[in-house]
Amino acid sequence: MATQIYQAIVDGILIGGVYALMAVGLTLIFGVLDIINIAQGILVVLGAYLSYSLSGRLGLGLFLGLLVTVPAMFILGVAIQWAFIRPLRGRERTSMTLLVTYAMALIIEGVLYRIYGPDDKQLTASYVTSSVHMLGFYLPYIYLYGFGLAVVLVVALYLLLYRTRFGRSVRATMQNQTAARLVGIDTSRVAGLTFGIGVGVTAVGGMMFGATNSFNPNSGYDLISRLLAIIILGGLGSIAGALVASVFMLTVVSLVDIWSPTWANAVFYAALVLVLLIRPSGFLGRQAVRAQ
Amino acid sequence: MTSEARRARLAMGARWSALAILATAALLFPVVFSSPVLTNYGVFALIFVTAASAWNVFSGFSGYISLGQAVFFGSGAYGVGIAARDWHVTGTAVFGLLPLAAAVGAVIAVPFGLVALRVRRHTFIVITIAVFFIFQLMAFNFSFTGGSSGLPAPFLAWPAATYNNPFYYIALACAVGIIVLAWLIRRARFGLHLRAIRDDEDRARGLGVRAMRVKLTAFTLSGTVTGLIGGVWFLYLTQVEPQSGFDPLFDLSIVLMAFLGGVGTIAGPVLGALIIEPGQLYFTIRFTNGYYGEILLGGIFLVVVLFVPRGIIPTGGEWIRRLTTRGRSALPSAVPAPEVKPELRDPASSGPRGGAG
Repeated sequence: MATQIYQAIVDGILIGGVYALMAVGLTLIFGVLDIINIAQGILVVLGAYLSYSLSGRLGLGLFLGLLVTVPAMFILGVAIQWAFIRPLRGRERTSMTLLVTYAMALIIEGVLYRIYGPDDKQLTASYVTSSVHMLGFYLPYIYLYGFGLAVVLVVALYLLLYRTRFGRSVRATMQNQTAARLVGIDTSRVAGLTFGIGVGVTAVGGMMFGATNSFNPNSGYDLISRLLAIIILGGLGSIAGALVASVFMLTVVSLVDIWSPTWANAVFYAALVLVLLIRPSGFLGRQAVRAQ
Repeated sequence: MTSEARRARLAMGARWSALAILATAALLFPVVFSSPVLTNYGVFALIFVTAASAWNVFSGFSGYISLGQAVFFGSGAYGVGIAARDWHVTGTAVFGLLPLAAAVGAVIAVPFGLVALRVRRHTFIVITIAVFFIFQLMAFNFSFTGGSSGLPAPFLAWPAATYNNPFYYIALACAVGIIVLAWLIRRARFGLHLRAIRDDEDRARGLGVRAMRVKLTAFTLSGTVTGLIGGVWFLYLTQVEPQSGFDPLFDLSIVLMAFLGGVGTIAGPVLGALIIEPGQLYFTIRFTNGYYGEILLGGIFLVVVLFVPRGIIPTGGEWIRRLTTRGRSALPSAVPAPEVKPELRDPASSGPRGGAG
């Protein structure tokens, strides 16, 4: 029993790394653009399909394939932002951007159905199925790589945000858009690049998701609701919060899974409701979330 | 009588006769187009007119965008299904269970609202999505909901040719009911409170609006009507499964309908539902593999948001007003607006001007 619990905790932490890779893009986009990107779930699935095509058709390794998929998704993100998010202004912007990103999700989902069909797919590689036995735990290689990648990416994003000139303008835009524009920051360029980075990072999350789960064009719905739960728990806009909340949530899920696999999924939403009752701004969030 | 007053009375008369024509058309639709294929469109359109209008009564008026209306819709459907099964209700007596569907919607809306309405904007939207998924999971996992195979409705031994007609009139009654309710709310003090919350909740609270009570009342009203129409939908389809009763596309569709027609107006959600639901139904029947309909729905969404962001009713109304007032000035204001230079209203600079500029 005790080993089962320890194994569940280790599993939860490792899977949490994969979820963090999918969630950082969402929370980054929220923090800078103040929009919820409902298309995030389907963008993860799109990233998985891109990796699937590259590894299946061209025989490119999964991690090598990221060199293609990340820039491709970055460009897609910049294009989506430029064409559909940028024109939206005014009081109804919150709901409008929600609808636009939902529309994007529907369109991408339809296109994926058209190309790949409704059957389940999974990414395969030698390190996907094998695992290493260490300190009494079974650690699958793919999760170890994924967790390492998640930590590296979070640190890289942190350095980008806190140690570069671009990062400083991003943070200024996060804090006060009008003031940022007044001191000469091109906020619409910052918004476009941030959306691109958020979507580009999601390509990594998509590859990891595809390697650890089977997926079809419909997988996006379930995913987006979990990712939203994670970023709200972590505090909207907080990148470190997304990592902490992912690890926390997936550990809880994996513990509940020992007793009742059917209810493990409900933990996500129940925990979200509970935490928000106590602390409406999430673990590491700014208090401003409550303000209208 | 001035010409202004005469024109106002004419406009009023035109409005009432248009309403009378619409009502007659709605009543006679199944008589004129008696084919079950066409009345099927009518029933679905009216179900969505009701659902979109019910969404509008809360979300449209208060500005709190709910993406969890399917919670009430599915619960109403399941409520009727479970009651019919456990109490052995058969035949036309199942229609007696419809008030139960409404009650289920209300009973769920109160605790749901008490939790969700504590937070605003994005967080509220996400909480409604989360609660929605909790309900879908419950429908999948509990034994009394029939698991993933769902529940059947009692069999109605009606002839196929006129099977749809009673459902048409029930759905029509629900639709008229919620439209009248929305109209009454909009005119009442309660509606004013809701719109004050939409514009600035903190200020509304400061001016004495009991925000939580007002929001919760509207949310519960909306949930009650959505539960009721969910029950009607279930009896009409004779089947509910977790993924059809608690369908994320349902949530989205009604929001799109309201936005297409005009959020916060009475006619907007009605018009949006009448345009989108038959279109969606046509595409599902025409293309069985579904993805064309999905791409098309997404495309309409984008076009609406980018080109008619305020919806057809407000934008169209503006065009008509511009056409009818061409050549004349619009309504003259009673007092010419005083020209106040903005910097003069700033107390910091209200002293004598000049000095170091």
